[in-house]
Amino acid sequence: MWRRSASFILDNRNAAPPQPPAAAKPDTLTLSSAPPPTAAMADALQNPNPNISAYYQTRAAHHGVVTSDWLAQAQAAVGPRSVEGGDGSSSAADSGGVGGGGGGGVGRPFSVIDEFNNWRKQPDLAEAVAAIRALAAVIRNSEATTMMELEIELKKASDSLKAWDTTSISLTAGCDLFMRYVTRTSALEYEEFNSAKSRLIERAEKFGEISQKARRIIAMLSQDFIFDGCTILVHGFSRVVLEVLKTAVQNKKVFRVFCTEGRPDRSGLRLANELAKLDVPVKILIDSAVAYTMDEVDMVLVGADGVVESGGIINLMGTYQIALVAHSMNKPVYVAAESYKFARLYPLDQKDMAPALRPIDFGVPIPSKVEVETSARDYTPPQYLTLLFTDLGVLTPSVVSDELIQLYL
Amino acid sequence: MDPRRIPHAAIKPKVRQVGFVPRNAPPEPPARSQSYPAEASSPPLSDSPAGNSLSPVMIPPPRHLSDNLAAYRTPAVPVPETARRRAGHSPVVGSYDPAESLLGTSSPAPSPPSSGRLIVDGEFSEESWLLRRSNSAKFASSFPGGGFDLTAVKAVSAADLASDANVKKTTEKSKGSALELKNEAIPSSKPLKAKTTKSERRALQESQRAAKVAGRVEGNKSTAAASGRVTYAKAAKQPTQKKDVASAAPSVAASEKKGSDRAPEKDKKKDAPAPRMQFDDKSRVEKAKRRAVVNQTEARNRVELFRHLPQYEQGTQLPDLESKFFLHEPMHPAIYKVGLQYLAGDISGGNARCIAMLQAFQEAIKDYVTPTEKNLNRDLTAKISSYVSFYTECRPLSISMGNAIRFIKNRIAKLPLSLSESDAKTLLCSDIDRFINEKIIVADQVIVRHATTKIRDGDVLLTYGASCIVEMILLYAHEIGKQFRVVVIDSRPKLEGQSLLHRLIAKGLSCTYTHINAVSYIMHEVTGVFLGASSVLSNGTVYSRVGTASVAMVANAFRVPVIICCEAYKFHERVQLDSICFNELGDPDAILKVPGRMDVNYLSNLQNRENLQLLNLMYDATPSEYVSMIVTDYGMIPPTSVPVIVREYRREQLLI
Repeated sequence: MWRRSASFILDNRNAAPPQPPAAAKPDTLTLSSAPPPTAAMADALQNPNPNISAYYQTRAAHHGVVTSDWLAQAQAAVGPRSVEGGDGSSSAADSGGVGGGGGGGVGRPFSVIDEFNNWRKQPDLAEAVAAIRALAAVIRNSEATTMMELEIELKKASDSLKAWDTTSISLTAGCDLFMRYVTRTSALEYEEFNSAKSRLIERAEKFGEISQKARRIIAMLSQDFIFDGCTILVHGFSRVVLEVLKTAVQNKKVFRVFCTEGRPDRSGLRLANELAKLDVPVKILIDSAVAYTMDEVDMVLVGADGVVESGGIINLMGTYQIALVAHSMNKPVYVAAESYKFARLYPLDQKDMAPALRPIDFGVPIPSKVEVETSARDYTPPQYLTLLFTDLGVLTPSVVSDELIQLYL
Repeated sequence: MDPRRIPHAAIKPKVRQVGFVPRNAPPEPPARSQSYPAEASSPPLSDSPAGNSLSPVMIPPPRHLSDNLAAYRTPAVPVPETARRRAGHSPVVGSYDPAESLLGTSSPAPSPPSSGRLIVDGEFSEESWLLRRSNSAKFASSFPGGGFDLTAVKAVSAADLASDANVKKTTEKSKGSALELKNEAIPSSKPLKAKTTKSERRALQESQRAAKVAGRVEGNKSTAAASGRVTYAKAAKQPTQKKDVASAAPSVAASEKKGSDRAPEKDKKKDAPAPRMQFDDKSRVEKAKRRAVVNQTEARNRVELFRHLPQYEQGTQLPDLESKFFLHEPMHPAIYKVGLQYLAGDISGGNARCIAMLQAFQEAIKDYVTPTEKNLNRDLTAKISSYVSFYTECRPLSISMGNAIRFIKNRIAKLPLSLSESDAKTLLCSDIDRFINEKIIVADQVIVRHATTKIRDGDVLLTYGASCIVEMILLYAHEIGKQFRVVVIDSRPKLEGQSLLHRLIAKGLSCTYTHINAVSYIMHEVTGVFLGASSVLSNGTVYSRVGTASVAMVANAFRVPVIICCEAYKFHERVQLDSICFNELGDPDAILKVPGRMDVNYLSNLQNRENLQLLNLMYDATPSEYVSMIVTDYGMIPPTSVPVIVREYRREQLLI
């Protein structure tokens, strides 16, 4: 039986899915008593450091391993309950936020960006989910009395969100997705305003679950591709990839994993740590050892920060060269990505994207005359990818554009 | 649904011969198709160029190669998949209850078994998954966005499947396809389903299931058993008497019986233009000539591979036709004028030709008076068809014009009969205006906006020939202050690039001009290639001015992105692999003579030599792997997504 949504793969499972950790939490405890939105929202909160990609900063904070006690830190980050607890008492986190202007006082006007930064701090929450929850908070705090007003307000909020961090593709995609839902859902037109509003909020809250579910779907779908005795090369840390490998372990598959180091935030070490806990044989490679080990590898599995219209992916720096090496050695390259990462972008080459920069610590001082390439991501063209594992099913790269056209046009 | 097909073409498959047909040979003997292997061996290619004997290139029958206007093109042999898909796309087929569609989308929750459709669904679901996949990302976002009705689709596909199961067994393939055509024709002419009782539906399902199970058990080509099964299926259906979901009318006889139902069908068939002329088919050419207004003389010594394309001597007919300007009774002067402009080459460029044609049609429609005892819908369609054939005589139609004509005809056919003549005319004129505006003018603006986002400061952009959309992009990018350089590549004999160059320089862009011979030299400094297109076909092939393919290939070899700019109304669902079977031949003399250079005109008095064949191709096909991106009014898409656009927006384009 084939259903439209690939989620059928979940229905086939007997075991109950694990509790979605993040979704259960009610939104209302943050900023529930926020004052009305003001025009200040538009001009408020310029990104303090536009030269550094906030998205990759957050990633580094969540997945990066910079300090020596990374083991303990990672362990602390894994336990979702403990994270919930830490984040639940949240107004402190608000003030220390990347973009937070001042203290999280009660008298401060509501800001969608603060809200978003608040959400994005949770390591288990995808950026798109954070964006959608932030927009939901906009709806909740809105004083609009008509659908049109609400739409305009939302549009403003999503534009300011997008402008705040142009490097985050999931943020943009999440905003677009939600805006599309608001503007296109015909059911909303015939409804009374308040119930439409609550429907939107409900929808936004559900999105966290959807994102969790998407990961499980992807994990289930990709099991057919992981065979006993295979060697998988992974790059960087990706929640989806981790979920895939976890599920493979649960399914008693025997495989080993090569993790790249993932400089500069060394997120690969984090993944290696997670996998070691699952008793998966792991080997850590430095990023430059990919070609050296490629003939031992059976498949390359990477996550994606964004999937673009051509079917290519934008991902952590180094993905492109791994894909190139794998392609030249005829190894399959699989990408695990949720469908909310699909973005209406079409980079033609590496330079054709908004630069996402990130400081790199080389350990030694770099002479001022020496230039440092600080870009955090690269673009892998579709011809080097074999398949994309998404919650819509296992897709070839060319289907991505099909899905995007149907979604957004 | 049905006008896409040309049923009679499908019923009598003919193997067409391109190239050599002996002079005394009877025109199109059906037996030819059998005898071709023998013939293929008889005249070798190099035999005697003087004797006009050419190698017989076999070209598949014209079914799917028909004229542009023949509307939707279909694969040579209608494969069940496509048939099913198509059936699924028609919203009127089957009993269709919008309330149920919601249930169908969100979850497989069973709707009340009022229709018994669900049983069919369960039974056939494995086969129809393909179909369901087609309305995919409507739910992709897992938002319950608008989707379309799954249940209806399923029901139809099930019915269709049953018909396929029957049809498959009929002996001959051609017969089979013909049958299928007829089967498919029925439901649309009978859109409103008669209410069937529960028992009837059950009987239908039983019969379908039986047919299907039987089809599975036995192999597919056991004819003897098949006929039995067919009769069984028929017998089972007889009492139910539904002409609706059962597009599964199991035999030719059965569909013949319903001839009366298909009467409008036949009219449409008549209106649809015949398959495209193959100009190596002598008898047809003769026939066409007798009808023709423009009596062009054919150029001699055409290259054998391209003999199926028309090629005329240029410039001989114009004075004669000009003198006849007021003589032609049936032709509207506006139409005539535009036709002559085509002939003289005064209007060139896809959009310009299309707009000129549409505006001429508008004039003609304004002055149109329905003859007594005639129906506006039909008479006007016939009129338009005659205009179109006049244009075709002047210059072969472009694919974009074909799409525009299809749009007009569709609008005329959809006019409500109750509408008064003047209302209908104003409605049509405004429709045409809207088409020009939405599909061409606004589309161009959108494309310009999209494409300029791909121009960065310091870029060196290369373009080939003169595409008006590329010109607009370059000028707009310059206007908004982007710093870039332009390389204009040009080629003989048209030298269209010079006019583009002239306009770019006038606006102050810094340009480099060179000929296509130097493209591999200049390419290493180029950062982007912008090209226009006459049409984009559904396998991503770009059909454009000859030379485009070479430029794209060189760019690809140099890893320079190739960006094709093309309005979506030029997209076509045809698939073309080469530039031979469909192309346009220009004036052969144009490549023979170099104007102003007396010292290189060695060939000037050789054009009538028997052993000299001149080929002046107008278009070529660029394979999709050389194309990085296509910029359309629907955004920037990869060439693999052309069929998606065609699929998703064809309906809208016809309805606007």
